[in-house]
Amino acid sequence: MADSTSGSNSQVGTVRVKRGLADMLRGGVIMDVVTPAEAKIAEDAGAVAVMALERVPADIRRDGGVARMSDPAMVEGIQQAVTIPVMAKARIGHFAEAQILESLGVDYVDESEVLTPADEAHHIDKWSFTVPFVCGATNLGEALRRISEGACMIRSKGEAGTGNIVEAVRHLRSILGDIRKITQADQAELFDWAKQLQAPLGLVQEVAETGCLPVPMFCAGGIATPADASLVMQLGAEAVFVGSGIFKSEDPAPRAKAIVEATTHFRDPTMVAKVSRGLGDAMPGLEIDELDTKLAERGW
Amino acid sequence: MSPIVGVLALQGASREHTDALGKLGTTVRQVRLPKDLDGLDAIVIPGGESTTISMLLESSKTFEPLSDLLADGLPVLGTCAGMILLAKEVLDGRSDQRSFARIDIAVRRNAFGRQIASFETDLHIKDLEDPFPGVFIRAPGAQILDPSVEILASVKRETGEETPVFCRQENVMVTSFHPELTDDLRLHQMFLEHL
Repeated sequence: MADSTSGSNSQVGTVRVKRGLADMLRGGVIMDVVTPAEAKIAEDAGAVAVMALERVPADIRRDGGVARMSDPAMVEGIQQAVTIPVMAKARIGHFAEAQILESLGVDYVDESEVLTPADEAHHIDKWSFTVPFVCGATNLGEALRRISEGACMIRSKGEAGTGNIVEAVRHLRSILGDIRKITQADQAELFDWAKQLQAPLGLVQEVAETGCLPVPMFCAGGIATPADASLVMQLGAEAVFVGSGIFKSEDPAPRAKAIVEATTHFRDPTMVAKVSRGLGDAMPGLEIDELDTKLAERGW
Repeated sequence: MSPIVGVLALQGASREHTDALGKLGTTVRQVRLPKDLDGLDAIVIPGGESTTISMLLESSKTFEPLSDLLADGLPVLGTCAGMILLAKEVLDGRSDQRSFARIDIAVRRNAFGRQIASFETDLHIKDLEDPFPGVFIRAPGAQILDPSVEILASVKRETGEETPVFCRQENVMVTSFHPELTDDLRLHQMFLEHL
């Protein structure tokens, strides 16, 4: 695989290169794919990365059962099919799955609530890996706890596999709203914020100073249309993950391309209108109140 | 009057370049559409996913007008994906991936490997006294196609081979690494000095 440099001062797996890859994905769309053929479609449509998984969230939701890391052969097939970064999901707390994914050379590991959790109390110690991790969060405390464990990218969770954007909006507004409040807090109030959020004080102080998370924040869970992408980008997401929204729609390729363009030109409604025309049916959506399982509630 | 420098902002790390250039007192404009190109004194093509940026250049109809400006000699700095987009040849790229062909190098994408091989190293850059923090992320590597291309820095590989990672030809500067991810402004300064 990788040959590295011989410089004596050369270092792999630093926080800067881990967060740096997330920075390079900003303004882009990361697409869930289950086959090399879908990965090609995603790359052709302008995806900045693909997420290799066995079943998209909509199918996991429908079929039930334990959802696990993908077959390594499938991940490798997807790595061979595309030149863009390949991410893959491990179960929450399942560090052995993450080790396997790292050994395959995936570019990012998603410790994901979409799969069935493997540990009810502990997330993976992400500092101990060379490969960077992305984790989901529904609120600022959860985001900061994941960052304290070594996550180098946060995605708001939304509710995967529903094609319903309402939960993604709730989570984004919660995270970004609290960040805005924290920037107005005085030093004494920050101690209370850290307690309320159950997050390390140092990270809370850093957020207060900079007005943003220390890692890029992307949005996931429920994006089905170009307008959805524009909405979450305007709310403050820095890039979007689209899961079932593409390959569960009537005509995946043009929809994928349209979501890519809407994510770039998210502030320009005439551009978003232009790319939204004639895309066929979006994925069928689900009402949040009627769900048996809320994936966003997994993780702690 | 300070120069107006465009930063291509279709996808990738445009914000960091915008911040770095702003700190050096330039007027910075983010470029997403052809109209944003009017009156620029220079442009930066940032890191990101080169296949995505290439597609978005086409779909936003920015490729041709930007290509014309570059051909007329608009000074340009390309980092990582930007290096790929400016190279004369892209090795193992996608067949439909277009480049501006403004510098006589051939570029291999992900020349140093996947993300787990991404690295930081101190670089010795020609004309700079102290080492520069080199941040390489799924970085491309260059092969020189014409002796008029100046190699300003290279990285020694395990094989002993030297891979050029910072090249200049006339007013085109390209790097495999990401100066915009560091606090070191010297490379942006070098670029502005050549305007």
